[in-house]
Amino acid sequence: MLKVDSIENGIVLDHIKAGKAMEIYHQLNLDHVSSSVAIIKNVKSQVMGLKDIIKINDVFDLNLDLLGYIDTNITVNIIKDNKILEKKKLDLPNEIHSIIKCKNPRCITSIEQELEHIFTLADKEKGIYRCYYCEEKAAK
Amino acid sequence: MKHLIDPMDLSVKEIDDILKLSEDIIANRETYSSICRGKKLATLFFEPSTRTRLSFEAAMLELGGSVIGFSSADSSSAAKGESVADTARTIEKYADIIAMRHPKEGSSKVASLHVNIPVINAGDGGHNHPTQTLTDLLTIYEIKHRLHSLTVGFCGDLKFGRTVHSLIKALSRYDNIKIILISPDELKIPSYIREEVLQKNNIPFVETTDLENSIADLDVLYMTRVQRERFFNEADYIRLKDSYILNLQKLNHAKEDLSILHPLPRVNEISTEVDHDPRAKYFEQVEYGKFVRMALMLKLLNLK
Repeated sequence: MLKVDSIENGIVLDHIKAGKAMEIYHQLNLDHVSSSVAIIKNVKSQVMGLKDIIKINDVFDLNLDLLGYIDTNITVNIIKDNKILEKKKLDLPNEIHSIIKCKNPRCITSIEQELEHIFTLADKEKGIYRCYYCEEKAAK
Repeated sequence: MKHLIDPMDLSVKEIDDILKLSEDIIANRETYSSICRGKKLATLFFEPSTRTRLSFEAAMLELGGSVIGFSSADSSSAAKGESVADTARTIEKYADIIAMRHPKEGSSKVASLHVNIPVINAGDGGHNHPTQTLTDLLTIYEIKHRLHSLTVGFCGDLKFGRTVHSLIKALSRYDNIKIILISPDELKIPSYIREEVLQKNNIPFVETTDLENSIADLDVLYMTRVQRERFFNEADYIRLKDSYILNLQKLNHAKEDLSILHPLPRVNEISTEVDHDPRAKYFEQVEYGKFVRMALMLKLLNLK
């Protein structure tokens, strides 16, 4: 198996659906992080079959709302002195700001560029988000 | 209640209060004739709508207030590229309450976020039109004396018809409501109304393409226009616009106490021969619209 050094202080995003790591890397703007970031793809997992992992050699405030919106099954491990300090469980956020854009051509956001794109959780069971302004369903 | 943007912003109790106040206004019009003296309504109509705008204006004038505003985007600063938020903030300095119509969905919501005076959504594209819903509820209430235990048919454009969506949502909160949805396949109700409103609230409903065979069960028939402006394709509009025309022959199958409603304007979906039938209530509905807007403005202005 491919060996990637364990991190002393940082964040490990585990249980990412296989093939999704690069997308999450970009959505979290990890390309702007100066410390080392490892993307490990297609790791064998008893539960998931295959999974992706992202290891970040730095501790900072992650956008947990964004991660929760992408996939609540991702686990966020905060590592300090080579030990797991905290395991964060993700939940679907009630509101998401400036993460996705409303695609409804009739929405006010389509003509007023400075309006913040906000989506609210309309159905927690089904994970349905709707535009705060026009109520159009978010396309995942 | 600070603004009215979505008909579901109102609780059943608030709707009940507005309907009761409307009834009191109808019974005691003189008492209310100067209650809004010194108050100004701004009608911000970024797209034309003679009926709704005049209903709001007549409502405010009957309450003794006055009216300012514009009736198309061409005659407003929107033509110069001003944002909805800036227009609302400016008008706030001139008026006590805003009624706004705009072609884009969510526009009234944006306005309401930037002002401290009440904003009433007078129609935001194909999205919401809450004062039409209040009008429809008052009409049904005044004629049937109840908003529960009714079989309500909706006919015509159920896909784009925002008045239909809003009224279904509003009625779904009352007991023993049955809904019959009559439309061509191309204009069926959106899936979110079916799933998130009707099924979620366990409202019995039937979808059919046949008006004639459905009409006998109905207490209320809500007819709608197949609107040209909702179609991207002219050929589709021409093919579908005459699909469901109500005439006296179809009404032969209906109950004696059926109430026929229509948000108007009508094109040809209700034959003019129906106008003289006592079951035709759509012109009464227009007047109820004025009374319910009077009641709503009094509530929002905290004058009642």
